[in-house]
Amino acid sequence: MAVTTDHTRAVADGAHSHSFGTGAVPQGSRAERLTSFDLADIPVPSGREEEWRFSPVARLQPLFSETLAASGVQVTVTAAPEVKVETVGRDDARLGTAGKPGDRTALTAWNAFAEATVVTVPAEAVASDVTSVRISGVSGEATAAHVLVRAERHSQAVVVLDHDGVATVSETVEIVVEDGAHLTVVTVQDWADGAVHASSHRARLGRDAKLKHVVVTFGGDVVRITPDAEFTAEGGEVEMVGLYFADADQHQEHRLFVDHAVPSCRSRVTYKGALQGQGAHVVWVGDVLIRAEAEGTDTYELNRNLVLTDGARADSVPNLEIQTGEIEGAGHASATGRFDDEQLFYLMARGISEVEARRLVVRGFFAELIHEIGVPSVEERLLASIEAELEKSMSVITGAPVEAAEVTA
Amino acid sequence: MSTLEIRDLHVSVETKEGPKPILRGVDLTINSGETHAIMGPNGSGKSTLASALAGHPKYQVTAGTVTLDGADLLAMTVDERARAGLFLAMQYPVEVPGVSVANFLRTAKTAISGEAPALRTWGKEVKGAMENLRMDTAFAERSVNEGFSGGEKKRHEILQMELFKPHFAILDETDSGLDVDALRVVSEGVNRAKETTDVGVLLITHYTRILRYIKPDFVHVFVDGRIAEEGGSELADRLENEGYDRFLAAKTA
Repeated sequence: MAVTTDHTRAVADGAHSHSFGTGAVPQGSRAERLTSFDLADIPVPSGREEEWRFSPVARLQPLFSETLAASGVQVTVTAAPEVKVETVGRDDARLGTAGKPGDRTALTAWNAFAEATVVTVPAEAVASDVTSVRISGVSGEATAAHVLVRAERHSQAVVVLDHDGVATVSETVEIVVEDGAHLTVVTVQDWADGAVHASSHRARLGRDAKLKHVVVTFGGDVVRITPDAEFTAEGGEVEMVGLYFADADQHQEHRLFVDHAVPSCRSRVTYKGALQGQGAHVVWVGDVLIRAEAEGTDTYELNRNLVLTDGARADSVPNLEIQTGEIEGAGHASATGRFDDEQLFYLMARGISEVEARRLVVRGFFAELIHEIGVPSVEERLLASIEAELEKSMSVITGAPVEAAEVTA
Repeated sequence: MSTLEIRDLHVSVETKEGPKPILRGVDLTINSGETHAIMGPNGSGKSTLASALAGHPKYQVTAGTVTLDGADLLAMTVDERARAGLFLAMQYPVEVPGVSVANFLRTAKTAISGEAPALRTWGKEVKGAMENLRMDTAFAERSVNEGFSGGEKKRHEILQMELFKPHFAILDETDSGLDVDALRVVSEGVNRAKETTDVGVLLITHYTRILRYIKPDFVHVFVDGRIAEEGGSELADRLENEGYDRFLAAKTA
């Protein structure tokens, strides 16, 4: 029994839940989608494919190529004392263990990378500090990058991936969370203008493993992140959180897939974004598959978009596919709304200026989610980044000139 | 001593079918310390007057003037009106998710008085005002109006009135939907503000019961977008007994 609900461009502020069994005709199960390590299996997309239909494939074209360089980014790691960092060749046996690529850019990244950065949290270790992996763009040459984060059994750590500068990069981030480990992975896309970034995050969770996966996208021309999470044993828990803020002509796409392949696992997906300016485009697709074996699954996914100005577009598509009725709960909610004039009026009727009122509302929109991240240094940085984004939109509202964004091609 | 002066005010509301006239020539003068009750049947334009005075964008003033101590209120933006000393306790307070009551109150107070309130005294003031309104102080950490009950929303409106100390407060059906206990608490708050700040009050209500707790100096009966009858508090008693039928009959006749 399968139910697929497609809420393309959902507008109503309605949340609803599913048990199982009734309704729409399936589009084709997510379970049937091809994954492969062989470049020949997944051709260059035309843009009409389901997984590319919202994407600017022309701008992503360099990343579809069979050959990608290694020179476009520089990777620097500052690790917690308990955490081990290595640079290894592509033949290292630990690579490729967190699932196979599921689309063309994931495949080109896998096909072309020469060296991988491996971050290991040893068994039982509790990292005393955040481990920071900085991926800085140094040239516009189409590049492949590979990072593996391994939390061995019963370890605990926070790993933050930072992306900055200008790059054209197809990246793989493998995340292995072994039995009983608690891992937080934060990836921040704070690229400069001109950056094009595709990133396949593939996470595998062991028994009673917990992963908090946080995606923050602010900068870059095109950013397309596809986080997959797969449960391999009972008791796993994944919390996937995303925040994004798109300005004029930015494309920010987040496609998630949570694969409930085993019983008694829990997933929560919460993505929130704001968008402003002509040509700002955000895409959120959340696929959740509850396989027939995955009894006792508990899942909920939510996407909210706040449209601040005319000319921006948000696509939001939650897909929930349920193959067993024996579950704890499964639901989703998606809403895309414009700035609420009644909120503005309420705040202004208390003497608060329009600019300050808008700031309050947008900060409020993100605040709860930011406080859920649980990494104070990251939270502070995010609040500052949101302030900076707001400065831009305030200048649109007040008519003050916007400073030309710096392009370092 | 302040004066809010409304002269021949005509207001239209925007509808899909185009602008629809609601207020058709309202004259009203309110001085500091005075309490004016505006009563009237549904649809008579009471709430339109409240929203138009506060500057809600949905309402267009098509004729007339409103001055606050001689300054042209209608030329001011919504926030400027509030900073000039006007306060509107809304009939349907709006939720602002993610913005805590504490943060909201401090931000608004700062905007209205032009400087941030002294941290120590402000905290005490807020706490004291909340206790007076029988609000749990845990309220301060909740998002503005989010998940508030009807009574909590109205208390929160009156809390703001007490803390912001406006020259003129418009209470738009603050009594609607309140049980007797909540009505008493809210009325006490309004009376405290009257005693301590000499605020002029425009009390908009459909029912007379709130007037048992808040004594009006003047009562104006609104019918069909203008004041049909005026008097002292005895007029409210008469309305309590007779209802609005007399005015509605006159209108249809």
